[in-house]
Amino acid sequence: MSRAKGEILRDLVFEVRSKNAGPFWVTVDVFCGEPTAYARANQLLSAERVAKLYQLPLDTLKRFELPELYVLKFSFPRPVIQGSRFDRDMHGAQYSELLSELTLDVN
Amino acid sequence: MPTRVLVPSGVLGLGFDREALARGVKMKPDIICIDGGSTDSGPYSLGTSTSKYSRAACKSEWRDLMKARDTLKVPLLISSCGTCGTDDMVDWMFDITQELAVELEQSLKVALLYSEQTKTTIIDKMDAQQCHALQPEIPLDANTVNACTHIVALAGAEQIQQALTLNADIILTGRATDTAVISALPIMRGDHVGASWHGAKIAECGALCSNQPISGVIMLDVDTTGFTVKPLAANAKCTPHSVHAHMLYENSDPHLLHEPGGTLDVTNAKYTQADERSVSVTGSKWIKSDRYTVKLEAAVKAGFQYTVMAILRNAHYVANAQLWLDKLSAVLANEITNSMQLSEEHYSLEFRLVGIDSVMGALENKTANPVEVGVLGIITAQSESQGEEIAKLINPFLLHYPLSDNESLPTFAFPYSPAHSRRGELFNFCMNHTMELTEPMDVFRIVTKQAGSHVES
Repeated sequence: MSRAKGEILRDLVFEVRSKNAGPFWVTVDVFCGEPTAYARANQLLSAERVAKLYQLPLDTLKRFELPELYVLKFSFPRPVIQGSRFDRDMHGAQYSELLSELTLDVN
Repeated sequence: MPTRVLVPSGVLGLGFDREALARGVKMKPDIICIDGGSTDSGPYSLGTSTSKYSRAACKSEWRDLMKARDTLKVPLLISSCGTCGTDDMVDWMFDITQELAVELEQSLKVALLYSEQTKTTIIDKMDAQQCHALQPEIPLDANTVNACTHIVALAGAEQIQQALTLNADIILTGRATDTAVISALPIMRGDHVGASWHGAKIAECGALCSNQPISGVIMLDVDTTGFTVKPLAANAKCTPHSVHAHMLYENSDPHLLHEPGGTLDVTNAKYTQADERSVSVTGSKWIKSDRYTVKLEAAVKAGFQYTVMAILRNAHYVANAQLWLDKLSAVLANEITNSMQLSEEHYSLEFRLVGIDSVMGALENKTANPVEVGVLGIITAQSESQGEEIAKLINPFLLHYPLSDNESLPTFAFPYSPAHSRRGELFNFCMNHTMELTEPMDVFRIVTKQAGSHVES
């Protein structure tokens, strides 16, 4: 499969969304839509790479593979508690944009 | 006994499809359940014990649900009244119910289930080692508990079942888990416990588990083997994928859901298309826990806020916004110390550059050249007057601060007068804990009242 230079995750998958899971967690769901995209995203989105993107200690990131839905799911404690002084995104719904824009080139 | 639950919407105040509701009424449900709350919009609702949604919207929707209940003569339940589910908000919902009962000429028995907790209850439970921290662990001590404005415990199915035994027409519930109000009746009637909780999780956001998420109305059928979910708006459809995927929503673990008294495990659930628009699910499992615990939510005061907003349009300033802001911030910290004798540990002044990195902050990894940059200043102070003083003090600097000394004085755009806005009190969520109970009703209270035209109000 050929692909354009600078291709990002959004170009590969159906949807990337994020939301609070209560005031203390954020969860990011990657809906790949079909098996090929899922296999590729599964390989690209290692826990290490996602933890680095969100500047998290690796052991705080939960990673789930849901092959029957072609979904990858990442949950992590909110870097700032929802609604506290330094929170920038009350619903945690924009965290997904960082993952969505992750380049498909591993290097 | 199979149980049919009508869920009009994910939350009261968000709106729903009235035609779909009428279709639902014709299907003769055993109960109508709707959620009224969430922590989604932050700690302000709980901190102040107020509703996030407008009273007019809640009343307008509740009127239709009260009419539907009157046609069906089945119980109508709402959980987590007024967003935060405090005692005040249960009473607020009762006032709305009372007004509508008079307007609609209905005479009703109403059960009010209260979830709010006293500070003493929490401190006693902490002393007895019956408060347990969840991950991520938030430090909790008696001082924090004493500083809370409101503390609620999330009721589960047991407390709602207790209210159901009173044969009330309407049950107004304080804070409860999103699912409990839906799972309570099926479990009580002997339906499959795992299916009752799983069905409740799928239905709790209304039609969000379908291809028409904003249509609201959903019918849930639970029996002794599983559940079936059907969206009721014209052309709305559930698929095994849309239903299964909803388990991921706002849930940090896609397989498990912790509830008072146990955990729902959907790892081995099977999703099948039952008819054109409905999905049936089997294989959901309920794992009863050894201890009965309820989750706590609490809000603590965290200062007073003012915001200021200036907008940079000049291309030179837009291109150098961060540099300008770094210099300005240093000057302002100095001015505040000198003029107000206030050191930085007693207040915070944080600027966010809208158009640069205001959402992502340090996580932002993208750069672009915006046309303009919004400079949002957020002041958090220990008192309201101090916050206002800081806002006024920084005003002329924010308006005129130059990048270099040898240029004519710039003036940026203030979008309104005054340039500062009072945000009022700030609150923090300060508990991520569960509390162990001997009996589910230990810290919950139920009161029954009459509502309607014959009652003096």
